[in-house]
Amino acid sequence: MITETLTWLTDPINVTGPTGWLQLIGQHLMYTIITLAIAAAIALPIGLYVGHTGRLRSAAVLATGLTRALPTLGLLTLFALLAGIGLVAPVIALVVLAVPSILAGAYSGLESVPRSTIDGARAQGMTEMQILTQVEVPLGIELIIGGLRSAFMQVLATAMLAAYVGNGGLGKLIFLGMKTEDYPVMLAGSLLVIVLAILCDVILALVQRAARPKGIARTA
Amino acid sequence: MSWISANASTIMERFVDHLVLSLPPILLAFLLALPLARLAVRFRPLRTPITLGSALLYAIPSLPLFIIMPLITGIELRSATNVIIALTLYGLALMVPVAADAFTAVDRDVLQSATAQGFAPMHRFLAVELPLAGPALVAGLRVVAVSTVSLATVGAVLGVPSLGSLFTQGFERNIMPSIVAGIVITALLAVLLDQLIVLIGRVLMPWTRGAGVRA
Repeated sequence: MITETLTWLTDPINVTGPTGWLQLIGQHLMYTIITLAIAAAIALPIGLYVGHTGRLRSAAVLATGLTRALPTLGLLTLFALLAGIGLVAPVIALVVLAVPSILAGAYSGLESVPRSTIDGARAQGMTEMQILTQVEVPLGIELIIGGLRSAFMQVLATAMLAAYVGNGGLGKLIFLGMKTEDYPVMLAGSLLVIVLAILCDVILALVQRAARPKGIARTA
Repeated sequence: MSWISANASTIMERFVDHLVLSLPPILLAFLLALPLARLAVRFRPLRTPITLGSALLYAIPSLPLFIIMPLITGIELRSATNVIIALTLYGLALMVPVAADAFTAVDRDVLQSATAQGFAPMHRFLAVELPLAGPALVAGLRVVAVSTVSLATVGAVLGVPSLGSLFTQGFERNIMPSIVAGIVITALLAVLLDQLIVLIGRVLMPWTRGAGVRA
């Protein structure tokens, strides 16, 4: 079984061909990054607003909690039926899934900044915008990036299921293997996703660590 | 609504299937995480591999994990057992770090007083350490429950019946009410289990009442 999978994985046609796995990995990462960019454009401003002002906090907590209880496969199939087969449905579903983590990371990042530090900045005459960009965001950056990281990982994982509703990405191999009862191909697709996911998670963890301001003790 | 009433018995069957898939992993993950986390706290060198292992495991998407599990366990891919084992691993990946933090946060002085009062190690663990770590453990278990209920639906893609089958069949046959019913019932089940855990926590740990369960 494993040798068949390895043979499949190393066959040049399956690597660099038009539907080879290099191509599929590229597609998969592209979907993930597009989705994440849209989700961040929506969730970061709201999260920073909630974190800075403390307004709408309970609404944000409730919204993040509720969306986490929603099954991802359900959202994907729902949007696929609503929007038809294509790229739009999975992207909307993935954005809905990514928003809560980014939102939660952003407001909890700002909330982690000690109140006295913010009061100090205000007493020195900093404007609210300066407090946000020069004090709160740098000090809360680790949690903010943490939110982006978990959103990225969740989208990367769920983008696999997007192949089920008719799109490319690495999920394609799994569903192709499933339809043709070809376990080695399913296995090949699975192994590729697992390696990709672990690599991305490790890289993002390093980015998160590197973003921590120098001279700041780790708080989270 | 008419689709739902016409298919009530099928929905009920899928609901029971879903409980069979999701309850064992939640319980197993909780029970297995306690000794693992306690070991990680007791033996420092074990701590890094255990927490790192949990983080890596959690990074693996569910469908690929379901697919590679049979390679390791030899269990049939499309069986409920395969899904249950994979979900238990995810539960552990979430629960072990939380439990390790919970045990680490227990005041050393309190434990030493208990020992000085003559508590045997096992008795000290059950009567002193576990209750003190309790509120944080409950918070972790809630996350495990909600995540497991949601993840169990993914097995439907492989043909393991669950509430997720309402998604796959609704999608394949173009039946919107099936998908909506599936989402609503899955989310309700997650909320219900979550609240049940909160309730059990309050009954077992009456001193947390009113203060709310601390995360």
